[in-house]
Amino acid sequence: MSQQTQDITGNKISPPEGWQGLNEDWSSDKETFKSVPWGKAMMWIFLLSDTFIFGSFLVGYMAVRMTTTELWPNSSEVFALTIAGQHIPLILIAIMTFVLISSSGTMAMAVNFAYRRNRSVCAALMFATAILGACFVGMQVFEWSKLIEEGVRPWGNPFGAAQFGSTFFMITGFHGLHVSAGVIYLTIVAIKVLRGDFERSGDYQGVEIAGLYWHFVDLVWVFIFAFFYLW
Amino acid sequence: MTDTVTGTTISPTDHEDHGPTTFLTKYIWSQDHKVIAIQYAITAISVGMVALALSWLMRLQLGFPDTFDFIDPAGYYQYVTMHGMIMVIYLLTAIFLGGFGNYLIPLMIGARDMVFPYLNMLSYWFYLVSVLVLMSSFFVTGGPTGAGWTLYPPQSILPGTPGYEWGIILMLVSLVIFIVAFTMGGLNYVTTILQARAKGMTLMRMPLSVWGIFVATIMGLLAFPALFVGGVMMMFDRLLGTSFFMPAIIAQGEALQYNGGSPLLFQHLFWFFGHPEVYIVALPAFGIVSDLISIHARKNIFGYRMMVWAIVGIGALSFVVWAHHMYVSGMNPYFGFFFAVTTLIIAVPTAIKVYNWVLTLWRGDIHLTLPMLYSIAFILTFVVGGLTGLFLGNVVIDVPLSDTYFVVAHFHMVMGIAPILVVFGAIYHWYPKITGRLLNVQMGHIHFWVTFIGTYLMYFPMHYLGFVGVPRRYFAYEDAVFIPESAQTLNAFITVIALIIGAVQLLFIFNLIWSCFKGKEAGPNPWNATSLEWQTAETPPGHGNWGPTDPVVYRWAYDYSVPGVEEDFIPQNVPHAKGETHQGRDDDTEGV
Repeated sequence: MSQQTQDITGNKISPPEGWQGLNEDWSSDKETFKSVPWGKAMMWIFLLSDTFIFGSFLVGYMAVRMTTTELWPNSSEVFALTIAGQHIPLILIAIMTFVLISSSGTMAMAVNFAYRRNRSVCAALMFATAILGACFVGMQVFEWSKLIEEGVRPWGNPFGAAQFGSTFFMITGFHGLHVSAGVIYLTIVAIKVLRGDFERSGDYQGVEIAGLYWHFVDLVWVFIFAFFYLW
Repeated sequence: MTDTVTGTTISPTDHEDHGPTTFLTKYIWSQDHKVIAIQYAITAISVGMVALALSWLMRLQLGFPDTFDFIDPAGYYQYVTMHGMIMVIYLLTAIFLGGFGNYLIPLMIGARDMVFPYLNMLSYWFYLVSVLVLMSSFFVTGGPTGAGWTLYPPQSILPGTPGYEWGIILMLVSLVIFIVAFTMGGLNYVTTILQARAKGMTLMRMPLSVWGIFVATIMGLLAFPALFVGGVMMMFDRLLGTSFFMPAIIAQGEALQYNGGSPLLFQHLFWFFGHPEVYIVALPAFGIVSDLISIHARKNIFGYRMMVWAIVGIGALSFVVWAHHMYVSGMNPYFGFFFAVTTLIIAVPTAIKVYNWVLTLWRGDIHLTLPMLYSIAFILTFVVGGLTGLFLGNVVIDVPLSDTYFVVAHFHMVMGIAPILVVFGAIYHWYPKITGRLLNVQMGHIHFWVTFIGTYLMYFPMHYLGFVGVPRRYFAYEDAVFIPESAQTLNAFITVIALIIGAVQLLFIFNLIWSCFKGKEAGPNPWNATSLEWQTAETPPGHGNWGPTDPVVYRWAYDYSVPGVEEDFIPQNVPHAKGETHQGRDDDTEGV
């Protein structure tokens, strides 16, 4: 309780301060997180759970990378592209990462415009986000097909430890599914924005909730990028 | 009680609009948390009966080896595996969270339903699909998996293990579907408790049942991901030939294609889920039993705040103890020290809870109703099972006892029997609210005494079997010299008891069905309980739970035998009266 309240005998009592106050606020009635809509609270909790999934995937990857008996392929070589005669390590991943991070930027702007009730700009930015996400997935498809062409399979590859291919396809695949789901999700929300669904209810939280998911997917990518490609 | 309900009036059409009208929307594709809860419970109990039948088959083999031709070693391992997995996940987890969680959360915190009813409905249907997929494995080539409920690789996916063809795949698929179902339900429970409580229902006024379910659900949301990941990886190992968990293996003189994986990784992933899972089952039981004891001893729960923090503390600690299941796995021995210490630390909040239950009973007005009998039985059983946990938590004692019947006795006592006793107590307690009728008491007493005494006759001898070194998961012992004659006699004795206990569960099922039609009318509040679910306008509660007005909460859930008040209980939605001496906690200034 943030304001003065009365006890049953009518005496004014001041709200407690510090940790005690925080505790009282959180445990007070009706809502723990004040004026946070149900959907947003649920999305946060879901993302927390999803963090543990990706965390387990990454920890599992690190564990097999340590236990495997063969040498781990040199990722900057495997993920190198030769463009116009130039051999550039990790170039595709750099572009993919740049695209995905940029999409987080457009998403953040979309949320901003949503709360300003600027429907067309908001929807345009959301579509831009979805397109950037689709580009990311497209580049991932390119990356996968290139590696498959070079003989990388989940059960083995010509560069070294078999677990390289296993973890690569599993983790980037699972993340790619998240991005693809996000593209569909963003498109649906963008259409709802355009149609004015949120205008009628006067509540644009739906855009922000979609944004939470999208930022999460980006954040996860940063970790995959760091642990899988840069290590 | 309706006359005491005050609060904002909601126009009746607001809720009646959503009321289902056809049989199909009301009972089958229902989005009402109460119907979903019953669906969950019926499915869980049904699949639990399958697991019960499997345990009979196991016991028949162990008690009377070479007698039953239809049980072969492969079948025996399949029974062990399916019995364990069904009981832990598809029965206990589902009935505590999907069943009691669904039914009690909205009613106890004064909400009209879960925050996302549609998602809640999906959760049940996914759960049903996961059960069906699991059951289908009985009918495929090779039968269900016989890998043991822990599914340890490499053996779980290699030829030689029963059900390696299809059983293991269906098991993993079923688990993944279950996790999806649980996640949908769990997100609902947590969000509902956090964001949809009634006016006046502060977190520290929630009944402990809700606290137990709340913390257990959060744990589930954080622990099931590890099982999900382990399951996906194992599926790839089995189907794609990856080597996440598979080291280089030579089988029958031939090198397999696997290379360089880590079987230990699966054990870590599995137990990072598996240990919290113990408490996912136990915490709702802790919470529910606290409420049962308080209600049926007509006394406020002793140390409410301590109880809440103990639940939270146990929940947090249970994430850092998992490797105590792996002392003999070959992991770094130094881990054993760390995990033994954290394991023993968990005994502290757990002991606090046990003391508080006993202190709640102390000088209470104990009514030996069936829920109370089951609660007392729970405390005893939980203490017994908990104490053997101290043995197994210590590395040096665990190593010789590993994989003996001592372990079997321990975990059946602490996480099999103890929580299931609470399930029974809770069903006897809430059945009148769910159906409007009381369960038959005579049948209930037979059920209770046979189950309670029987479990001790069944599991106490197993401790002894463990100490003499009888290993678990063996189809037959032939003429092993270190196993004395008495062990075989005991095994036969245990089998007879197990058959009797199993049979009396059928009586319980009969009671559930019989009382639904012929039971004594219960009225809205047969136990004179204070929590909100007993204050509904209708019994069973109608759609939207509360009729036209939302409940308003003025006090905690434990105002029993308040001095200076005529009735020995004051419902949570009754405002403070003048001259009412307030006992227990100083919460009368909060949130009103």
